[in-house]
Amino acid sequence: MQFLQLIISGVSQGCIYGLIALGFVLIYKGTETVSFAQGELMMLGAFGGLACMTLMGFPFWLAVLSAIAGMALFGMVLERAVIRPILGQPAFSIVMLTIGVGYTARGLITMIPGIGTETYVLPVPYKDEIWTLGALVVNVEQFAIIAATAVLCALLFVLFKYSKLGIAMQASSQNQLAAYYMGIPVQRLNGLVWGLAAAVAAIAGLLLAPITFVHANMGFIGLKAFPAAVVGGFSSLPGAIVGGLVIGLVESFSGFYLPDGFKDVAAYVVVLIMLMIKPNGLFGEKLRKKV
Amino acid sequence: MRFLFKTDYRQDIGLAKHPGHVFWYSLLALLLLAAPWLIAEYWLAQLTFVLIYAIAGLGLMLLAGFTGLFSLGHAAFLGVGAYAQAVLVGAGWPFPLALACAAGLSAAAGLVVGLPALRVKGIYLGMATLSFGFIVEEVFARWESVTGGNAGMHVKAPTLFGWSLASGEAFYFLCLTITVVATLGMLNLLRAPTGRAFVAIRDSEISAQSMGIHLARYKTLSFALSAALAGIAGALYAHKLQFISPDQFNILQSIDLLLMIVIGGLGSVHGVFLGAIFLITMPQAISLVKDYLPAVIGQAPGLQAAVYGLVLIAFVLFEPMGLYGRWLKIRAYLQLFPFYRKGMFKRQKSFQKSDRLK
Repeated sequence: MQFLQLIISGVSQGCIYGLIALGFVLIYKGTETVSFAQGELMMLGAFGGLACMTLMGFPFWLAVLSAIAGMALFGMVLERAVIRPILGQPAFSIVMLTIGVGYTARGLITMIPGIGTETYVLPVPYKDEIWTLGALVVNVEQFAIIAATAVLCALLFVLFKYSKLGIAMQASSQNQLAAYYMGIPVQRLNGLVWGLAAAVAAIAGLLLAPITFVHANMGFIGLKAFPAAVVGGFSSLPGAIVGGLVIGLVESFSGFYLPDGFKDVAAYVVVLIMLMIKPNGLFGEKLRKKV
Repeated sequence: MRFLFKTDYRQDIGLAKHPGHVFWYSLLALLLLAAPWLIAEYWLAQLTFVLIYAIAGLGLMLLAGFTGLFSLGHAAFLGVGAYAQAVLVGAGWPFPLALACAAGLSAAAGLVVGLPALRVKGIYLGMATLSFGFIVEEVFARWESVTGGNAGMHVKAPTLFGWSLASGEAFYFLCLTITVVATLGMLNLLRAPTGRAFVAIRDSEISAQSMGIHLARYKTLSFALSAALAGIAGALYAHKLQFISPDQFNILQSIDLLLMIVIGGLGSVHGVFLGAIFLITMPQAISLVKDYLPAVIGQAPGLQAAVYGLVLIAFVLFEPMGLYGRWLKIRAYLQLFPFYRKGMFKRQKSFQKSDRLK
């Protein structure tokens, strides 16, 4: 039972990593840039949900939807305002830019007087409920994470497999110039990709908030999602979720069976091993330019 | 305007291109030598920090600015150097020997991290170095018998051949000497075949490879040199602060180092120093301005992070060559006075080239 319990907590934690990693992968696939602000977007999403629920007094579902929609809009505005002007510059400039965005977001949230430095509990209806299945105890919060991730994955799969929009996104991710020649509005798609990634980050934030707390530094969990994205292969959407699950499980087991301290670095050890053995990740595409 | 008449091939690779360089750098050297008598003790300490950060920045610039490999875990090398120095000096080793060992240990760590760099690039390399940084930080925190764990450890003052370097002035001169040696060494490296090979790798791995540059050797060499410089900076940092703990070498420190070279100007040695000055003076400037701002903004705890982030965004968007790039523009404007055109430094628009195809 101990074992199953560990698996469940690992999977639910892994789903969070997977969802944040999904944001990285969406952006990487769509625009071939790496966003270091993903964790901060998640934090903003959680704060947005909190503001909707407590300050404005929205009902739960309306608050969740408006937080997600708000973050999607924020993602698009962000892309338009700061990412698009430097598109085509070396990848590193965009990395630094997103680090800057993350810093600014964290700093500005901390600066809100009386709110930014506190920690909050997100008032969700399923807070502290527990299901018991035989000897197994499942937090509803953990179950909600797993279920929401599964639904989101299915939606994204359908989007990328069957919709015109998703196929256009895939085309522009493979070759922007060629996609442009085919009449695909690459710039508008990039905006949509950022919006989508921000929305996914907001969902991750809203799911994570009941387990941990809402505070300005919760975005640092985004740094653990990088290993998830790398393990899954940076350019594969299902890979991101699988990578997240791997990292979550490894963390959960090493926290229980290995001495103190291994839990915090387990994710990074896994990613280093992964980079040594299979640099393209579990599901990464291996492409090579022939000269 | 200055016209250079070259009569000798040596002039092409000379460090000072014209007499103006000699004059201005001599003046700078004199000012730096006289600094302990010119400025107050507090500012001398800040200047020492600028020099220490500049040494670490030289290392990171060599790696990121000249070899094109990005390290998101450079604070780990700083930490390896700092802890090695603290432990060895604590064990009674002489300062120069301990410093050499600290640099050597860091370089060895750099070699190990450089190994994945042979197979992966771009964002994957960033991940590898980031992971390394986290692991090293955790090791510092957990290996309590050596590092003192999260409680941190004290560092003895350095002594050189029987002289104590505990005073601020003496330590400043020590840092100044090491910085000058490191800078000259770096400039010399960059005009030598090795440095040219680094730059070739940065610009295109494929073309570098086809010109006979051994990628694996030069990439690991770059990592090792960079880590060694960071290790030296770490050792000096430990002596300057006299107290080190694992959280001084976390991811934020790594990002600070990156921020320093990006704001200074990627791919220029001047940029390292401008960036180091920026990094050290920025918190001071913020705390000076704080009093004039309304309390809601001025006293908010996140002000510094927000300002750093905004400055970083502004530089990447508007001045990708950093502070040094801005100076180049001003200099070009003055040199060509009536003839400066707006588009002279304009960035070319380009479609993104895929990074996934090696």
